[in-house]
Formats: sequence, C-alpha cells, structure tokens
Amino acid sequence: MKRGRGSGIVTNINKENKKVVVTNLHKYFDKNEVLTGIDATIYEGEVVCVIGPSGSGKSTFLRCLNKLEDATSGEIVIDGFDITDKKVNINKVRENIGMVFQQFNLFQNMTVIKNIMMAPVSLKKMTKEQAHQKAMELLQRVGLADKADAYPGELSGGQQQRVAIARALAMSPDIMLFDEPTSALDPEMVGEVLDVMKELAAEGMTMIVVTHEMGFAREVSDRVLFMADGVICEEGTPEEVFGNPQNERTRDFLRKVL
Amino acid sequence: MLLDGLWLTVRVSLISIAIGMIIGLFMCLMKMSKNVVLRAIAGVYIWIIRGTPMLVQALMVFFGLPQLIQLTINPAFRMDAFTAGIITLSLNAGAYLAEIYRGGIMAVPKGQTEAARSLGLSKTKTMIKVVLPQAIKFSIPSLVNQFIITVKDTSILSVIGMAEVVNKAKTYVGSTYVYFATYAVVALMYLVVISVLMIVSNYIEKKLKYEARKGKRHRDEH
Repeated sequence: MKRGRGSGIVTNINKENKKVVVTNLHKYFDKNEVLTGIDATIYEGEVVCVIGPSGSGKSTFLRCLNKLEDATSGEIVIDGFDITDKKVNINKVRENIGMVFQQFNLFQNMTVIKNIMMAPVSLKKMTKEQAHQKAMELLQRVGLADKADAYPGELSGGQQQRVAIARALAMSPDIMLFDEPTSALDPEMVGEVLDVMKELAAEGMTMIVVTHEMGFAREVSDRVLFMADGVICEEGTPEEVFGNPQNERTRDFLRKVL
Repeated sequence: MLLDGLWLTVRVSLISIAIGMIIGLFMCLMKMSKNVVLRAIAGVYIWIIRGTPMLVQALMVFFGLPQLIQLTINPAFRMDAFTAGIITLSLNAGAYLAEIYRGGIMAVPKGQTEAARSLGLSKTKTMIKVVLPQAIKFSIPSLVNQFIITVKDTSILSVIGMAEVVNKAKTYVGSTYVYFATYAVVALMYLVVISVLMIVSNYIEKKLKYEARKGKRHRDEH
C-alpha cells in the first residue's frame, strides 16, 4: 500500500506483514510500574516515531523490543517469535533488530571498521573479506569512508552516531530501533544523523524511533505514538497527532515543545 | 649462589603470576555469575585467601595439606617446596587478581555490553570481544601492583625451605656472618627484578593508551 508521508516521501508499508506485535506489555522496575499496558502493532516498512515527556517509558518500551529490558508481563512478538518466551533464542532474534543508542556505544577498543565488522564475522554471517567490503560500503553510505581506521574517541559525536548506524546495518537487520539517537549530540551535528535516518526510511526500513526531534517525527514518520505515564495515549499520522491532537496530554505536551 | 636463588625467585614469580591470572579470571567470572553456587565458591575462596596471612597459607599447603592427604587418601603422598610454593603463591595472587579484574569489568560502561548484545552476540562472546579487552586495560595499574607484590611474596616461601634468594642468603650469612652486604645484595636483586617489571608494564600501558591519547588530541583540534 502506497502512501505519502508528511514530506511527500512515498513509502511502502506492507500491512500483510506485522513485524512487531506488542500485547498488554507491563514493565516494573522493582515496585515502580513504568509501562502500564502497551498494545502496538508495527508493519513492515513502517516508520514509527515515539514521542512524549521524559519518564513516560518511551525508552523502556523500545528496550523491551529487543529484550535489553525483560518484560514483566505481556507478549512481544517480533517476526513471529515471541521474545517473552524463554525458549526463543533471543540472540538469533536480535540479529535481525538493529539498535542505535543515545550514547552511541561504539566499542572503544576497536577501530571504526572493526566496530562494523565484528558482529557479522563473530556470528559467522560473513567471512572477513565480505564483512570488510560491506563495512566499507556502509561507511561510504554514511559519508565516513575516510575514518575506517580511526578509533571512536577520534570522532565527533555525529560521526560516532553515523558509525553506530552503519554497525547496526552490517547485520542486515529488517527492523531498526533508535533510542533518542540525536539527544546527546551538539546541535550542529543533529542534521547529519537525521539525514542518514531519512535515507534509511526512504529505502523502506522498518524503523521505531524514540525522539525529541518533532521536526523529524512530523516529516519522516508514517505514524506517531504519543506516550505518557507508561501508556500510549494517542497515535495517528503526523498530521493527526501534530495537527489535531485529541488527547489533553498530547495537546499539553505539544504546546510545551513546539 | 645468590644468583641461583634469584633465578628461582623469578621463575616461581612468573609461573605463579601466570597461573594466578587464570585462576583470578575464572574466580572473577564466577563471582559475577548469576549461579548462586559458583558465586558462593568464589566468594569463600577470596574470603579465605584475603583473610589469612600468606605465611600461614604456605605452611598449610606445604605441611598441613600433605599430612591430611597422607592420613586420608594416599600414605605415600609427598609435595616438594617448589610445588607447594607455586600453589600458595598462585592461589594467593588469584584471589587478589579476581577482585582487580572485577573492578576493571565494572569500569566498562554498560552501554558497551548492551551494544554487543543488541547485535546478537551471546554473553560469552560479548565478554571476550568487548568487555574483557577494555577491562584489562582499565586494570593494568592494579595488575602491575599485584605482580610486584607476588614477586616480593616469594620471600615468604623461604619458611617452607624453598631455595629462593632469601633462603640462600640466610644460609650464606649463617656460615659467613656477612649480614649487611648479603642482605643489601638481596634487596638490590629484588629492586632490579621489580624495576624491569615496571619498565615492561609502563611500555605496555603506553601502547594501549595510545589510541585514547590520539583521540584526545584530535578532539582538541576541533
């Protein structure tokens, strides 16, 4: 099904293929309930932005999707695998879910190219030669081919985050999770990272993006989820959520940030 | 004659450090594991070693343990001072090294583990590829400190009759009464061995820190 995004980018959302199905997800940290019953379905090729005030559980929700946080109860089905089921090999599922972190988290003990090659080689997805070639292609794509032999500490934040995106893409995932990817960046570096993400979206990657970049959410996403107090209060197209918010909390939040 | 003793001191130190590093690594991983039994074993081991003097440990391993084995399992059991010395020293170093590694591992930011796990790496692979290389780098100053202590602790093994440098010196002064000169030479020998150790470790530390420094310089240019 073809459909226009806010900016007029045309994308392919395949409603036949549910990539992520979350049912009644609850998450406690000790006695503190941070997710209070989340239901969401994300389709192949869809770009979903999750917005909301700090402490609303956005990042926790995202981190539950690749089991960096264990769900307390509820069901999370990724590509048909219920990852809340202990029998499911989470490492296999994670190979198909790339994740980009707020703090980049590049491996400090490896050069840029080794950062990207490590997982595919170590998990025997590719030979060293194949991984090297793929890594160079990805670096080309994020505009950092000349930094292949640099260490993460030698790069700016924006450059590190672009390498982190390349590293996640090296495993050829079919879902990408972004946890506030531009929040730790100096303002002048936000654009370069968002540009890479926009390109990825245009290529049809399924993306779930927790972000404070309202411009990005408005322009690039197919759907916006607004979270507050551990639940999804409102969801809809960017036009609906930004243009005509129904929920009082959404209106209140948007008034503050826009 | 003292040089023979020195050579034994160096050999025992190196072997014990090597074995101790392996024991330490396993004990550290056990202490950090989710398994209660493994954690308890490592905890008790570290507790006993750190809580008793090495002199007592050496006497226990050389005199106590063989007697126990003779009485229970094998009456013909014998243990020489060299073996007993290495067992004592590596068990001792292992306990301290375990804690040093643990400190190093805890100093590696959690995000490093999360990034590796999110790519599909198992816990073990994450440990080997990402966490341990960084942890060891963080631990180098404390590791070197422990190596120096281990070298010096070999002198305690003279009480179980290991013919290391202090033991040899005691024998020598027993017949010659040349106290000051003999013990001064012994002290000098330790000083030389430990200085070599420090030079080597400084070199390694500098090599490993190179990237970090280079990174800082680049950032400063921006």
